[in-house]
Amino acid sequence: MPSMKVVIDEARCKGCALCTLACPKKLIRMSEKLNRQGFLPAVFPEACNQDCTSCALCAQMCPDVAITVQKEEKGGAQ
Amino acid sequence: MSERQLVAGNIAVAMGALAAGCRHYFGYPITPQSDIPAYMSAELRKLGGTFIQAESEIASINMLLGASACGFRAMTSSSSPGISLKQEGISYMAGSELPGLIVNICRSGPGLGGIDASQADYFQSVKTGGHGGYRTIVVAPASVQEMYDLTILSFDLSDRYRMPALLLADSLVGQMKEALELKPYTLPSDLPAKEWAVTGKLWRSDQRIVKSLYLGEGELEQHNWKLWRRAEELKEKEQRSEGKYLDDAKLIVTGFGSAARIAKTAVEMAREAGMQVGFLRPITLFPFPEKAFAEATVSCKQLLCVELSTGQMVEDVRLSVARDAEVAFYGRPPGTGSLPTPEELFAQIQKHYGKGA
Amino acid sequence: MKTVFSRPASLKDVATHFCPGCQHGLIHRLVADAMDHFGVQQQTIGVASVGCSVFLYEYFDIDVVEAPHGRAPAVATGVKRARPESCVFTYQGDGDLAAIGTSEIIHAANRGENFTALFVNNTTYGMTGGQMAPTTLPGQRSLTSPEGRDVALDGYPMRMAEVIAALDGTAYSVRVAVNSPKNILAAGKAIKKAFEYQLENKGFAFVEVLSSCPTNWGMDALAANERVETEMIPYFNLGTFKERS
Repeated sequence: MPSMKVVIDEARCKGCALCTLACPKKLIRMSEKLNRQGFLPAVFPEACNQDCTSCALCAQMCPDVAITVQKEEKGGAQ
Repeated sequence: MSERQLVAGNIAVAMGALAAGCRHYFGYPITPQSDIPAYMSAELRKLGGTFIQAESEIASINMLLGASACGFRAMTSSSSPGISLKQEGISYMAGSELPGLIVNICRSGPGLGGIDASQADYFQSVKTGGHGGYRTIVVAPASVQEMYDLTILSFDLSDRYRMPALLLADSLVGQMKEALELKPYTLPSDLPAKEWAVTGKLWRSDQRIVKSLYLGEGELEQHNWKLWRRAEELKEKEQRSEGKYLDDAKLIVTGFGSAARIAKTAVEMAREAGMQVGFLRPITLFPFPEKAFAEATVSCKQLLCVELSTGQMVEDVRLSVARDAEVAFYGRPPGTGSLPTPEELFAQIQKHYGKGA
Repeated sequence: MKTVFSRPASLKDVATHFCPGCQHGLIHRLVADAMDHFGVQQQTIGVASVGCSVFLYEYFDIDVVEAPHGRAPAVATGVKRARPESCVFTYQGDGDLAAIGTSEIIHAANRGENFTALFVNNTTYGMTGGQMAPTTLPGQRSLTSPEGRDVALDGYPMRMAEVIAALDGTAYSVRVAVNSPKNILAAGKAIKKAFEYQLENKGFAFVEVLSSCPTNWGMDALAANERVETEMIPYFNLGTFKERS
């Protein structure tokens, strides 16, 4: 399994969806399953990992600082 | 060797504060305390301290809160209407367990009132003028020397018990000049370190938080019990009063601050006239010297309380004396021309003398 | 893989009490970023205010003093004068700073106090349930302006960044927003600059941040965020109003 570029702390997400607005590629969607806080959290699907540029705008936008972003290192192994 | 100087009471407060190591003063102009900021503005600049003439009384008490939260001895001074404005900050300081000195060179009221000597802020000072139920240390100097000494004591008690201290005086004590002995001051070695003061975390991993908000289950109750226990310890250990001629007294005259000065002269007049009249003056108004009153009224059952008001401290006197003691009151509401003379008080002594069982 | 975005060290790893979509958390993160950037977490003393931002100490891993309502600039004055070596910031909302604390903020700015003042403008009293604030827009409905703010009766929204900029004591005054990635990046830069002004002893630095309050605006987070763009920014223009070199 590839390491995910966008990791959303699902338990801390309040489902505001502002991250979906920020993503230039619209890769983030909202879950249909409630999290422990009772919100529908944001999800970054595994299938989107390849398209993600690690621009981190989703994380910039998140009011709850619930997103961590990683980037592939140039020339480095996957 | 200590030095003697002829100074005004207000200046003695400022000198006492500097002697106690206070280097942060925040104030706002109001008569009759303006000598204090004037003196502090000149001296603190020389000493590299902080002097701010704030935009308001409210700002100045909050600047004091900030400097005190940093662990430094800090003060403000004002007069009655200004002290009313500071009540919010005093409540927050008490709730945040912050020391600090608030000087009230009381003037007459209510409202704008006048600038004459007054003791009508007793309730506001002693029964706490702000919201929420708390206590502050209250001292009442009656001489220029005490303006100096009790300023220093206020800083020590305030640091020890982590509660704000009020020094309550008026223009009579504040503006008269007397000889002042500048006793050298050393910080009591047993004062606890201010391990609560904000500094930036520096080497610490734990935060220091100075606050008065407690929303957790049971937190605020525990916090208030802690404040209460400190006030009880203060009451147990720190009552101060001056007594004279109490051993054979058939009538005890009491009063605080400037009223006590006039009363003392009247007591001396009575003694010269062969009357067995005693004198008992609270120096700390909170804690009120209950023990001294209880003790003095074991044998003497007649008291006369004199105040520059229509009667406020008299309530605490009545709560403190033996059950069978009678407490008479004499006072006039403050205002121009209402300051009682020693002769006037002597006449009151004559009126009440010998009435007790 | 290399981490390109993670939680700043000055910000505690805890969930906040803020409502979904409320941007206080984001603004907290930008302030924490600034502290991390300058390496001043261990030297910083924050001054909390009254309102939704009162729990500053729950979220920032720094020493904090809690000020009475509106008095944060006076408390910060006392703190910074007593400890000039420390880094001091205030964090206030619009009711706190522009209504009950107008006097304190104006005079702290005018004295050129060397601390950083953060002002979150969301056009409402959030904590008390959405009453009209000094920044509530004309026509905006609130708990205490049920028919909308009537400027003839209620006066006009106050543009604090401009008011503060007009004072000679102010070194830096700016208004930013956090409603888009572009604006957030600009806001982060402005907050860092406001800290830099203090650390270089340049004097009073003021950052007004436009923010949303979905709960009290009666909107979802996306609609509230949109309102910042369509209604707030046209009234409260973004920009730098004072920048003393």
